Amino acid sequence: MVLLLALVLAIPVLLILLGYDAGAGLRALWAGSFGSSYALTSGTLVRATPLVLTGLSVALAFRAGIFNIGAEGQLLVGAAAAAIVGLSRTGLSGSGTLVLELIAGTVAGGAWAGLAALLRVRFRVLEVISTILLNFVAAYLVGYLVRGPLQEPLHIYPQSVALAPAARLPRLLPGSRLHAGLLLAVIGCAGSWWFMRFTAEGFRWRVVGANPFAASSASLIAVKRTMVSAFLVSGALAGLAGAIELTGVTFALYENISPGYGYTGIAVALLARLDPAGVLLSGILFGGLEAGGAAMQRDAGIPSVVVSVIEASIILAVVAAWSAPVRPLLSRRAAQAEEPSIPDASS
Amino acid sequence: MMDRVLASFLESAIRTATPLALAALGELVVERAGMIDIGLEGIILAGAFGALVGADHGGVLAGFLASAGSGVLVALLFAAFTLWVRADQIITGTAITMLSLGATGTLYRTLYGAAGAALETPTSGPLALPGLSRIPFVGTALFDQPPITYGAYLLVPVLWWWMYRTHAGLALRAVGESPAVARAAGVRVARVRLAALLFSGITGGIAGGMLVLAQAGTFAEGMSAGRGFVALAIVVLGRWHPIGVAFAALLFGSATALQFILQALGLALPYQLFLAFPYVLTLAALAGVAGRADPPAALAKLESDSA
Repeated sequence: MVLLLALVLAIPVLLILLGYDAGAGLRALWAGSFGSSYALTSGTLVRATPLVLTGLSVALAFRAGIFNIGAEGQLLVGAAAAAIVGLSRTGLSGSGTLVLELIAGTVAGGAWAGLAALLRVRFRVLEVISTILLNFVAAYLVGYLVRGPLQEPLHIYPQSVALAPAARLPRLLPGSRLHAGLLLAVIGCAGSWWFMRFTAEGFRWRVVGANPFAASSASLIAVKRTMVSAFLVSGALAGLAGAIELTGVTFALYENISPGYGYTGIAVALLARLDPAGVLLSGILFGGLEAGGAAMQRDAGIPSVVVSVIEASIILAVVAAWSAPVRPLLSRRAAQAEEPSIPDASS
Repeated sequence: MMDRVLASFLESAIRTATPLALAALGELVVERAGMIDIGLEGIILAGAFGALVGADHGGVLAGFLASAGSGVLVALLFAAFTLWVRADQIITGTAITMLSLGATGTLYRTLYGAAGAALETPTSGPLALPGLSRIPFVGTALFDQPPITYGAYLLVPVLWWWMYRTHAGLALRAVGESPAVARAAGVRVARVRLAALLFSGITGGIAGGMLVLAQAGTFAEGMSAGRGFVALAIVVLGRWHPIGVAFAALLFGSATALQFILQALGLALPYQLFLAFPYVLTLAALAGVAGRADPPAALAKLESDSA
C-alpha cells in the first residue's frame, strides 16, 4: 500500500519534471480510467482483460521457475490462430466458431511456448533468450499473414477482414465495449489460484520453481515434464488473451494488435507478487493506467509512453521493496550458489 | 551484376553486424563476470537517444560521447538494483528495457515535438582505409566504413587479449566461474561486476549511437528494435568468447543480408519471412550450440554473500 501511494505521488512529480501540466494530466488520467462508469467498463476493464491473462501467464511460469518473457509472442500467435479459424469456412454456427477461435488461440499460444520448452529441455537454450526471439518471429508471422493469406480482399490495408458478428465475443453491457472476455479472465484467475493452491500438479510447479534440484533428488517429481507443462499452460493463457482480444475488441487481425500486453503482463504478475488472485486486481490497475494514459495523451497532450516509465518504475519498486515474493522464485539459483546452512545449536 | 550483389550483401551484413557485435562484446564481459543483463536493449536505445541529443548540440563526436554516457547511466541503474539492492537480474533487466523505451519516447516527444517529426542528425561519413579498401569484393564492404566500425573490429582482438592474457581479465573470468573462490583470492567481486556493467554501458550505448550517427541519421522511438535481445543470443552463439561473438554477429548480419542475394536470384518470398529468417536461424543455431558450450558457472546466480 505504501508502495502504491509512493507511485501515485511519483506520477505528478514525473509530469512536472517533464514540464507538463500535472493537474490536467492527473485529471485526464483519472477521467480516462476510473472516473466514470463508461471509462471503467469501456476503457479500464477492456484493457485489463488481456493484461490479467498475460499476467497470469507470467505469474504461473515464474512460480514454476520459468522465465517466460514470451507472452507477447504467444498472444500474437493466439490472435493469429483465432483469426485463421474465424475467417475460414468452418460450416459451424456463430457460437461454434467462437468457441473454436478461443480454443485455436489457446492451443497456438501453448504450442508457441512449447517451442521454447523444447529448446530448454532438449537443447538447454535459456527460455529468456528463446522466448524473446520467438516474440519477433511471431510479430513477423502476423505481419506476413495480414499482407499475405489473410489480407482483406482489396489488398490495400495490412489487415484481415473483420470477423462475422456471430463469431465475436458477446458484449456484457449495452452501450459499452465491455465483452465476455473479462469473465474468461476472471475464471482464469480463479482456476489458476485453485490450481496452484490445491492440486498436486500446482504443488509440483511450486516445488520445481523453488528448487529443481531438491525436486529431482526427491525423485517424486519429473522436473522436465513439470517444466514443460508449466511452459504449455503459461503459453496457452497468453494465447487465449490474443484470441479474446481478437474476438472481443479488434475483430480483425493486424500487426499492432497488442500494445505490449505481453510485456506489461510481467509488471502485472510482479505487482501481484505472482499470486493468481492478486493478478486480477493488479491487472485492473494496469488496465486503468493504460486507459488513463491514452486519455492523458488525448486530453492533456502528455505522451502516453510515459505509462511505460510508470510501469517499469512499479516493477523496480516491487523488486526493491518486496524482495520477499521474488526471493523464493530465485532460491533455485541461490540454492546452486549457497552451501546448505547448518542450524546453529547454541541459539 | 553478381559482384554488385555480393558487394551489397557484404556491406549490409557488416552494417547489421557491427552494432550487434559491439553490444554483444559488452554483454560478453558482463556474462563472463557472472551476470546477465537483459537491460542491454534499454542501453542501446538510451545510447541512440543520447546520440540524437548530443549530435543535435555538438556534432558527431558529441553524439558518440553522449551515447556512451547514456548507456552508462542505464547500466548504472541496472548495477544499483542488482549489485546493491540484489534484485533479480532478469526482472530488473526487463524493467530497465521498459523504462528506457518509455523514457526515451517521452523525452523525444517532449524535446522534439509531439508529432515526433523526423530529425536529421549529422552522420559520421565513411573513411576508406588506404590499400585495404581496394581489395576486390570485400574491400569497400569491410574497409570503407565509418571510423567507429574500425573501432569495433579492433575491440575483438583487444578484448581477447585482455580477457585471456592479463591479470584483470583472469579476475573477470574467475568472478564469472566462482565468485567465492575469486573473493578468497582477493578479487573484489562487486567491483569487477560494476566495471563489467560500465563497460557494457559504453559499448551498448555506442552501438545505439551507431544506429543514429553512422546509419539512420535520425532517431525513431524504439529504434533498437530488439538488437539488445539478439546480442544476448549472439553471446551464447559465440560461446562466451570474443572471436566467437564476432563471428556470431557476422552470421546474424549475413542472415539479415541474405535478402539481397535471394532478391537478386529472383526469389519472390514474402518480405516478412526474410525479416524473420535471422531470428529463426539464431534459434536453430542456439539449439545446436547451447547444449555443447558451458556458460560461465556463476551466470545469473544470486550471490549469497557478495558484501
